[in-house]
Amino acid sequence: MKSMEELKLIRERMKVTNGARHDQRQTQIVIGMGTCGIGAGARNTLLAVMNELTLLDLDNVSVTQTGCMGMCEREPLLEIRTIEGESYLYAHVDAERARRIVANHVQLGQPMTQWIIKRGQEAERWANEKRSLHLSTNPVD
Amino acid sequence: MRFIRSHILICSGSNCQLRGSLSIMHALEAELIKKGLYQEIRIVETGCLGLCEKGPGMVVYPEGVMYTRVTLADIPEIVEEHLLKGRFVRRLMTQPADGEDKLTPLNMSPFFIKQKRVVLKNCGLINPESIEEYIAAGGYQSLAMALDQYSPDQVIQIVKDSNLRGRGGAGFPTGRKWDFTRRAEGTEKYLICNADEGEPGTFKDRLIIEGDPHLVLEGMSLAAYAIGADKGIIYVRGEYDLSIKRLEQAIRQARESGLLGRNILGSEFSFDIDVCLGAGAYVCGEETALIESIEGKRGEPRLKPPYPAQAGLWGKPTSVNNVETLANIPSIIEHGAEWFRSIGTATSSGTKVFTLTGNVVNAGLIEVPMGITLREVIMEIGGGIPGGRQFKMAQTGGTSGGCLAEEHLDVPMDYESLSQYGSSLGSGALLIMDDSHCIVDLTKCFLRFFVHESCGQCTPCREGTAQLYNIVDKISKGRAAGSDIDLIEKLSRTMQISPLCALGQTAPIPVLSAFQYFGPEVRAHLRGTCPAGICNMKGALANADS
Repeated sequence: MKSMEELKLIRERMKVTNGARHDQRQTQIVIGMGTCGIGAGARNTLLAVMNELTLLDLDNVSVTQTGCMGMCEREPLLEIRTIEGESYLYAHVDAERARRIVANHVQLGQPMTQWIIKRGQEAERWANEKRSLHLSTNPVD
Repeated sequence: MRFIRSHILICSGSNCQLRGSLSIMHALEAELIKKGLYQEIRIVETGCLGLCEKGPGMVVYPEGVMYTRVTLADIPEIVEEHLLKGRFVRRLMTQPADGEDKLTPLNMSPFFIKQKRVVLKNCGLINPESIEEYIAAGGYQSLAMALDQYSPDQVIQIVKDSNLRGRGGAGFPTGRKWDFTRRAEGTEKYLICNADEGEPGTFKDRLIIEGDPHLVLEGMSLAAYAIGADKGIIYVRGEYDLSIKRLEQAIRQARESGLLGRNILGSEFSFDIDVCLGAGAYVCGEETALIESIEGKRGEPRLKPPYPAQAGLWGKPTSVNNVETLANIPSIIEHGAEWFRSIGTATSSGTKVFTLTGNVVNAGLIEVPMGITLREVIMEIGGGIPGGRQFKMAQTGGTSGGCLAEEHLDVPMDYESLSQYGSSLGSGALLIMDDSHCIVDLTKCFLRFFVHESCGQCTPCREGTAQLYNIVDKISKGRAAGSDIDLIEKLSRTMQISPLCALGQTAPIPVLSAFQYFGPEVRAHLRGTCPAGICNMKGALANADS
């Protein structure tokens, strides 16, 4: 290594790989992975999201899963939470929709309104409620 | 580059490895392959997460969920529930859920919230075996900055202004030590990193090295640049297999990247590091005995002065610094002296890494700002005393530190406050004992260690430690008289001023403090009773003068 520039290059290169090692301080994509979600093809949705993130070289995004949100008939469900705290819940997200949501909403900041079933604080509160309900029914030792 | 949605950091520090963290890692890998998740998730070996008692530990990101006491049988459940479906395996989680049953982030759990991680900033976050991960976390930036912008004198001035004091036990101001070494005559100078951590109950240097070896190397490079040394030596305990392996690997990586060797980062500065293994003598942690040992001689302390800064290794000016001291340097250069002084108290700046051992729930590795109270450390971070027992004693600073009682729980942990009560920060060991232990019995244990480890060179230490042990042994058998306690006092005062090195000078500290703060319990032994019921009093003599 000859200079500070090279150190900087390594830093930039590693940023992508280390992006996942943060406590959710970035745009979050949350995918419903309950039995209902998986049954409706949520694994394909997840893989499509990750492929698209790879293609577009987006690293400031975290992808997590969550349990049943209580709207099984609309699975696969996908929620986008922005850094500003905005929340958008998408329904019936197959692989194709997932790709377009990542490309338009996550990358360009243009929500795909036609597939959104809840948005804003309301969606977040609702999702949290469902999540804590789900957590509290889990057995605790 | 492929998008990785989750990183699983598995502690591969020596404590967790002993609890099987490596086989857990392999099982996890196999399970991910089986479930077809291997391409999406990365498994990373990392340094100590702190909860050694509850190992093996792992953290799953991006959620930041920490699982402890993970067994092989838990792996399928973690993969199926958490990594596939996003449901946390709550029975393995350490962090509590708050009122609404929502997850508390890792850094908000009681174990972490009171901590301030400067030395351990990367520990448990990066892979210690990858120089690229260290660089990605900002590593070697301070070295590059110092070589580019600061003269050696400026580096010394920053460290002086930061008020950093040695973290190995003596607490000597680091900047002044470097200044002496820099100003000493001669062009050939040495920097030694003291990783001969021999104090019983101390394993912080080991876990710092295992968790972030490059941080120590960067600190050493900065120190060498400041004092004008082109050769560094890490004197590390021979038993520290993993530390040695990771240091040697880190040195190799740094050489390959041109961060060690000739003309580092294109500057005039050249520096290289060797690892030298100790053979396990406690006295070799004393800097002059350590130097003798490196020179191939028997590890015995030298008569001072001259100090190593004037005539150290091979008679050349040498600075000997502790691992933790050096690991503070990159952050001080990066953030400045004022930032460092803003942490801790007015006279003791920065943080201190402690190893929490004994009767405490969260035994392990912690880093806290100077000036935190013992109570906060034991009751909040440490999680209190297990088994419903009562707190009895805390020994700060390792076996050569003072024994403090319950009335000292609110003493701030810094150099000055602890020395007021006859104790010290020492090497950073914190031994917590509950009320099932006898203070006389504990003191006897400490003294047996010193008898064993005294190098025998000077009489006050060689004979003094043995006599102290004999007298305390007598007390523990109920055969001592009140005059024996006076004798201990007198002998201890002599030992505190006459031996050649700190081993003998500090050996009486645990005895003096224990006898001062636990007087009634000690005197009960003179009457033939051990209140804790530990000491064998079968041959006790009845004493009238107690």
